[in-house]
Amino acid sequence: MTAVTAPAKPRLSPRKRRQRIRLAQYALLVVVALVAAFGANWTQIGHVFFDLGLARTTVAHGLGAALVHTITYTVGGFVLGLVVGTVLALMRLSDVAPYRWISTVYIEFFRGLPTLVVFIALSLLPLAFNGLVMPFDPYGTVWLALGIVGSAYMAETIRAGIQAVPRGQVEAARSLGMTSAVATRKIVLPQAFRMMIPPLTNELIMLIKDSSLVYAIGLAVGGFELTAFGKGMANDHANITPLVVAGLGYLVITLPLSWLVRRMEASAATR
Amino acid sequence: MSALTEPVVVIRDLHKSFGDNHVLRGIDVDVRQGEVVCVIGPSGSGKSTLLRCVNLLEQPDSGNVQVHGEELTDPDQDIDAARRRIGMVFQQFNLFPHKTVLDNCTVAQEVVLGRSRAEARAVALANLERVGLAERRSAYPTQLSGGQQQRVAIARSLSMDPSLMLFDEPTSALDPELVGEVLTVMRRLAEEGMTMMVVTHEMAFAREVADRVVFMDAGVIVESGPPEEVIGRPREPRTRAFLQRVLDPTHVPAE
Repeated sequence: MTAVTAPAKPRLSPRKRRQRIRLAQYALLVVVALVAAFGANWTQIGHVFFDLGLARTTVAHGLGAALVHTITYTVGGFVLGLVVGTVLALMRLSDVAPYRWISTVYIEFFRGLPTLVVFIALSLLPLAFNGLVMPFDPYGTVWLALGIVGSAYMAETIRAGIQAVPRGQVEAARSLGMTSAVATRKIVLPQAFRMMIPPLTNELIMLIKDSSLVYAIGLAVGGFELTAFGKGMANDHANITPLVVAGLGYLVITLPLSWLVRRMEASAATR
Repeated sequence: MSALTEPVVVIRDLHKSFGDNHVLRGIDVDVRQGEVVCVIGPSGSGKSTLLRCVNLLEQPDSGNVQVHGEELTDPDQDIDAARRRIGMVFQQFNLFPHKTVLDNCTVAQEVVLGRSRAEARAVALANLERVGLAERRSAYPTQLSGGQQQRVAIARSLSMDPSLMLFDEPTSALDPELVGEVLTVMRRLAEEGMTMMVVTHEMAFAREVADRVVFMDAGVIVESGPPEEVIGRPREPRTRAFLQRVLDPTHVPAE
């Protein structure tokens, strides 16, 4: 008859629980830091990865040129990829069925292929077709390879961006007498590209990193970009510092890029 | 007045289906020069679809739409050319968000009519003046209230010098206190003699401004005539039932 209530277990309040969990997380961090500090040979690590003298040599002996090459290869590939990607996206949305098929096959094929394979294939073209000379060599080959792969990725981004523009925008433009082509150019694409700034930035950063694959086409030293340049110097000195410097070279490109894109997004958001 | 003027819109036996849904079941409507025709009816009655068939935003399945004697439903008709003379105002405004108020009103003038930048600007400003928003010319649409956006949308259409204006529930997306400013602009437009076809739920507007009210239900025109008849003394039971629900919503018998 008398209800027997179980004795209340001493339980932590949610606030106390959270405090303890956080304490445990910090404790783990401290342990890992201590192990790293006393367990590793920092002098040797510092010499292999961060040799200041060698870093200075690396910068002085062509880091600038390599940086410029990375940028040139990437920008060319990106511009080509953007143009071809836009055409592919419009084909994918076309009323003409064969256009949709062609663009779908292209996108699926080149998205699925490792970029390296495309680079190797393009570099073998002049061999396979006797006497074929790629225009703007070596830029032409690099631009084409990055453009082919980039366009396949960007086409899907651009298609999604175009489809994200509300239907009412096209209806308003058509009601004002614009043809379908003019409405696409003046009304849909500008809005679509605004929405595509973040994903297109990702594609650009991906291309920056993919530009390192040019080593596969056997460039002359004068055409080296950051990775090939860093690798060469690292080999010559049996030290990893030049590669670390080359890696920092990529950050010199990507960090300002991220900052720029954040600003563009912010200014687009106020509209 | 209306019996004496030219017909601007002539719609004959219009049918339209979306899949199995037979939305328009044989519509006949005329709109004469300078006439204001309000189309009323319950949602799903096909009134917006009818309006969208007039500038062929929807392709009718059968029947004819003539505007200024041109057969728009003719597949060889240059629909882009015909649309230049037909202004359209949407429920959701559909202003171009990446363009300023002024550029919203100039872009079609330049790319469609081939007007110079200066001329397009002058026309746009004159029409923004008409809707009372010339001073907001540099704003972007998102910086405006709904009522202001809809007035810009009206100015954008007027900048093309249309001879016919279509309004698709122009105040339905607005907060109640913003409805008046849009209706005022529309009333002034009507008084200036614009030929207008207005799909609306604003019975006061229909009663005061319309020359003719068309009541639609289930894809057919149930009743049509002067507002004092259709809204004041509806003959058809369906019209009466609809008007009671709209005009006296707190006394609708619950089903």
